[in-house]
Formats: sequence, C-alpha cells, structure tokens
Amino acid sequence: MTISADHTALGQDAPEQPAENRVTEGAAAEAVRKFGITVEDYMLPARHQIQMVDQDGTLNPHTEQGAQPGHEYALPGDAELLAAYEQLVVGRRVNDQNSALVRQGRMAVYPSSHGQEACQVAAALSLADGDWIFPTYRDSVAVMARGVDPVQTMTLFRGDWHSGYDPTKHKVGIQCTPLTTQLLHAVGVAHAAKLRGEDTVVLAMCGDGATSEGDFHEALNFAAVFHLPVVFFVQNNQYAISVPLAHQSVAPSLAHKAVGYGMAGERVDGNDVVALLAVLGRAVKLAREGSGPLLVEAHTYRMQAHTNADDATRYRQDSEVAQWVARDPLKRMQTYLTDRGLLDDDGAARIAEKAEQVATQLREGLGEDVPVDPQDLFRYVFSTPTPQLKEQSALLADELARDAGAGASSDTEAAK
Amino acid sequence: MSPTVTTSSEVNGNVSAATARAAAKAAATAESTGPQMITMAKALNTAMADAMHADSSVLVFGEDVGMLGGVFRITDGLTKTFGESRCFDTPLAESGIVGMAVGMAMNGMRPVIEMQFDAFAYPAFEQIVSHVAKMHNRTKGAVKLPIVIRVPYAGGIGGVEHHCDSSESYYAHTAGLKVFTPATVADGYRMLREAIDSDDPVMLMEPKKLYWSKDLVDLEGLRAEHAANAERGTSSEGRAAVARPGTDATLIAYGPSVPTALAAAAAAAEEGRSLEVIDIRSIVPFDDETVCASVRKTGRAVVIAEAHGFASVSSEIVARVQERCFHYLAAPIRRVTGFDVPYPAPKLEHYYLPGVDRILDAVDDLQWED
Repeated sequence: MTISADHTALGQDAPEQPAENRVTEGAAAEAVRKFGITVEDYMLPARHQIQMVDQDGTLNPHTEQGAQPGHEYALPGDAELLAAYEQLVVGRRVNDQNSALVRQGRMAVYPSSHGQEACQVAAALSLADGDWIFPTYRDSVAVMARGVDPVQTMTLFRGDWHSGYDPTKHKVGIQCTPLTTQLLHAVGVAHAAKLRGEDTVVLAMCGDGATSEGDFHEALNFAAVFHLPVVFFVQNNQYAISVPLAHQSVAPSLAHKAVGYGMAGERVDGNDVVALLAVLGRAVKLAREGSGPLLVEAHTYRMQAHTNADDATRYRQDSEVAQWVARDPLKRMQTYLTDRGLLDDDGAARIAEKAEQVATQLREGLGEDVPVDPQDLFRYVFSTPTPQLKEQSALLADELARDAGAGASSDTEAAK
Repeated sequence: MSPTVTTSSEVNGNVSAATARAAAKAAATAESTGPQMITMAKALNTAMADAMHADSSVLVFGEDVGMLGGVFRITDGLTKTFGESRCFDTPLAESGIVGMAVGMAMNGMRPVIEMQFDAFAYPAFEQIVSHVAKMHNRTKGAVKLPIVIRVPYAGGIGGVEHHCDSSESYYAHTAGLKVFTPATVADGYRMLREAIDSDDPVMLMEPKKLYWSKDLVDLEGLRAEHAANAERGTSSEGRAAVARPGTDATLIAYGPSVPTALAAAAAAAEEGRSLEVIDIRSIVPFDDETVCASVRKTGRAVVIAEAHGFASVSSEIVARVQERCFHYLAAPIRRVTGFDVPYPAPKLEHYYLPGVDRILDAVDDLQWED
C-alpha cells in the first residue's frame, strides 16, 4: 500500500499520466489526487519485501526499511516491540507445547505455526479492541493473542466440540478449515459495521495455497467494490501441505494480486515482527480512515510438517529448512532488543515465566478428561429442535438408559 | 375501490411532513382494504417490504435485485423505497453473496439474499453447507445466522438448461437448514415473513412457475395474522396444510406440484374418487403429524414432486409415511416424480414433469379391488 496520512506529496515530480490511463474513481483515484502518486504506485507493492530488522537482528538502514515513495513505514515504538516479543515467546511455547500434547495423545491434531509466530502476533496486535479477526486452523496463536483463553482455543483440536469460544464475544471468527471461506465472513462483518457507521476494521487471514481458491477472489472483489475496511493478510509459508507456491501461482508476488481488484498490496518479511507491525499497523490505520481494503503478503515458512499426520521430508530438503532456521523470528528479535538495551536477563526470564504459565495451563486444561454430553448433538442444530430431532434425541436417551441399566445389572451380576 | 384522498396540504399547497405521512397512510389503507387479486411475486415483494419497514437490520441483496428489481421482479421497488444500503446489487458471485451474508448475520444483520436461479446457487454450496448450516452448531449456539436464501426453483417455464433444477433435496439433506416452499400466494407472504423472523437460516424455495399465479388475498389480514402470531409466539412454520379434503387417497405434494395435485384431485372427483391433497409447505421441519393423519384416514398415498425421485425429498416422505402408517395402508405408496435425468430441454419438459394423467394412473394403481 502506498498511501498514508504521513505520505509526502510528490507534487511536481509526479509523472503526468496519459489521459486514457487515468483512473477517475475509487480509492486509487483518491490517492492519485491526494498524494500526487501514480495509480501503479498506489496499488503495486514495493519492489522488495519490507524488512526493518534483518535475520541477524540488525536494524536496516532507513533507506532499506521501506522508504520507497509511498511505501514509507515508521519504526514501531519500544513498548509495542517489547509486547510483541513477549507474545512471540508465548506463541512459540504454545506451538511446541501443543505439538507435544498431540504426541501424548491429548489432542487429535495440531497444525503448528512454529516459525510463523511473528505473523500471528503482529496480526493480533495491529488491531484495536473493537476490531475483528478471522483466523484459519493454523492461527491458534493469533487467536490467543487476541485474548481468547488458550484452553478454549484448543477445543477444536481436543475433539470435544468444533469450537470452544464465542466468536461474537471476542470478535474472533471461528477458526476456519474450508480455505478462504472465512474471508467472505470478514467482508460481511465489515460491511455490516460500515452500514451502521462504525469504524471497525476486520483482518482476514489465509495462506498461500488458499489464494488459489475461488472465495479468495470473491472476497477481495466484494471488499473492493463495497469499499470495506478489510485487511487481507496472506501468510505465505511456501507450502500448501506438500505443494510449493510455484504450483499455486506464477504472479510476481501474491501481493501483486491486489492490483486486479483496485486495492493496494504490500509484501513484508514475515519473520520480522518489526516490519509486520509497521506494515499491518499502517494497513489497519488506512482501512479505518477509509482507504478500502488492502492486501498484505508476509513471506514466512512453516518450519514443521502440515500437522502431525504429515511427513515433510517427502517433499522438501533439510537444506531449505536450515535456511529458514537462520531467519527465525524470535532469535532476531531477541538480538535486536538486547542490543538496543530494551531486553535484559531479568526481562527475558519474566517473559519465559509467562510463557511457561500458558504452557502449564494448556497441559492442565487439555489433560482434563472433559465429559461430553451426548444430548449436545441435538441441542445446537436449530434454535428450537425440530420434531424429528426431538424423536432422535429421545431414541439416543433411551439407548443410553438401557446401556446404563445393562451396565448396572452386569455390575450386580459380578457382585454376586 | 380507492377513494380520492384530499389532504389539507393539497388544499393549502403547503406540504408538512405530518400531513404527507397521513396521506400516505390513508392511501395505503385505501389501497389494501379487503382481499385483492395479487400474484405470488407481489406477496413475496410485500413480505420483504413489510419486514424491512419493521426491522432496519433486514437487508436484501443479490444479483440484479437493485434497480432492476430482480430478474423475476420479486425485489421490485425495494431499492427505491429503502435506499441502496438496504437493497443492493452485488458482484456476480454466489459464494460471495452467501459468504458475505454469513458475516453480516454474525454482525447483527438479517440478510435476505437472492440466488437468481436454482442452478446458479451451486457455487455457493460450500458456504451454505459448511457455514450457513453449521455455524450455530459449531459455536454451541453462540452464533445464530438469521439468513434467508431465496431460490427461484423448479421448471415448467420453458427455461433453458441450468434454469429449472429442483434443488431442494440438497438443502433438505443438510442438517441445520430449514427448507420452506410456498405453493399459494398467501403462503408466499406468510413463509417469507416467517423465514425472515427465524433465527435459523432458511432456504426459501420459490416455485418460479407460480410467481405469476394469482389469488384473492387480504394482505392486511396476513399482516394482522403475522402480528398476532408474533405476539403469541406462534407461527405456521413447520406445518403442512390440507389443500383439499378428501377420503379415498392422499396426494402429498409441495411447491410447484401442489397445483398439479389439486388439478388431479379435481379430475378424480369427476370420476367419483375423493382425493385429499396435502401441501407439505415446510420440508424441514417436516410435519409428520398432518401427513400421517391424512394417510391413516385414507389408507392410500401418492407422493408427487418435480425433482428426480432417486434419493430425494419424495423418497424421504415415502419412507416416513411407511414407517408410521404401515398398518393403515391398503396399497404400497406410489410416487410420481421427475425422471432420474438431467432437467430436459424446453420441448421435452412436459414428458418429464409430473402431470395430471400420470398422477391419476398412479392413483389407479393403488389396489382398489378388494
């Protein structure tokens, strides 16, 4: 995205466009008028992904941070960076704890975001209290970072119900399995808010493989046509289970897809939480100010297999994984904050302690054998059960009563 | 019928808001006093307008529903009356329409959306099955989706391919969706109001060949009935109706097949056979009680539906009646349905559609000889 409240108009330097190329309506035209930049400058992502802190934890020179005209980003404040770092550490601990719980048989499955924690945390932290987020099944860390109880978040994967939290209470959509279908729900939530004159922003998450789905197209187009405050956030972790990005798209980047919808796109280093906070923060701000939707693509990597049921060694090389180990989002942030004097041993210990508390909460919560009520099967199909469901509910109740009776009588037999 | 209304504003040439309102009210009352001949299209249109007047969270959107008023004109005038924020056109994408409705319903709205034709709704199937139908269940009741998906369906209009599908079985098979289908003009109004009132998602299957069917209907009476129901917490939802009483056999039909069943019953009466016609009205929830009471009384039944018979609503009805009425039956239940072929081209559709003769043949087969 190339338009910001802080943007300096190029004035005389703006190249005059041929009349037939001029866009006369919409967000792009507004940007052209307001900032004296071209339509292409408004919609096209920067030439390189925005990175502020490199993989060694060094702050890039200002000119390399994202300083192209229309792509200038301010460095987030220290407090914001420390809060993000804390969430990164917690997120990593959550990922590793959950993977361990799957191995122990306490959860059915866990799609880990190990390696993608910077995206998870920045997505959650860039929003205001009244904003909504629509996560996928891999975005549990973002859900928790929005304030949903960790154990409630993991209910989907524990297997006693499909979702453990109230989406409307937390303004967090139900974690979505059918790819990109949730992007349209985000569009609808934003549309309803806009019709009521509320300044809600909605952040909608999906992955690289998901951009091949039809609903990705429909959601971006609807959001653009209705000029809605939605930030589409694509975590490009390079793989859709086993299929690499090259099999999904030959676009110059996924962020370039924004142009086709008349919205602004940007790409960012998805393992640099500083750049993510800057880019997503400004996207949210612009959307709230009325820019219409924006598309942000984060380059990151799924360090582990798709889920515990997947074997990543069948489709990718160790050498490739090793490259991404060096780009770890936690390590570079720890180095950066330590070098800046913002993080010392005490601070690090306090954060580690916080992460351990969440891990304990998960172990205890998911270790509990939560009783399931078979009658719940019928309770939430309709607001009022149909006569057919009442019959089926009675049938199951009768079956269970007979089983219990049989159990009791066989116990009695055994006691004799 | 419509007396001239003279207002003080016209006399004085000075329009105040209050007198304009009074004039509008008087005109509306004058226009709608007593029963009038109206079409099902008008009844559906009035139902939406009344619901939009009553509740500002009711929104109408879809393809061509705005300035055009829909390809069948069911949303005619709604944009003009309520503005483009209440009734509007969307990009041409059915999954987008339904998916956006899900989000709107999550955020306090009551969307009434139009799928332009039965077969054009298929791109939205994933949104309908995986989200619309399941959201309430997945969230343990925390999120209700009060969405009405209006589907002009079925054939008999000489439409080209992809415009005449009977798609009700797909939705009826999906747990979490209510499926209504009106066969009368009054039910057009009644069912759409009840669908909009429902906190659960409703597929309103509108028989497109009945859009221009006319009946003498008292809209004021229907409005009063709706208001009284709302006050009592009652409705006609989930109830079948006896469309024509009879004693010898029961014809069970819904939507576009109800008028055909009534015509068959009229023809049978001339031959001295008294057929009862049951209009199912609500496929989900299903009214076993009314259907079975009729079959127990007559001892014979024919189920009629335009849709293919195999694995369909009609096969479900036969199964249910057989399970509940076996000892009352004098003959196996017969079905008259569309053949198990893709919906035919216009010049062939009359071979496909259940007609009076085919229904009477089925009735003749119900083992009348002792």
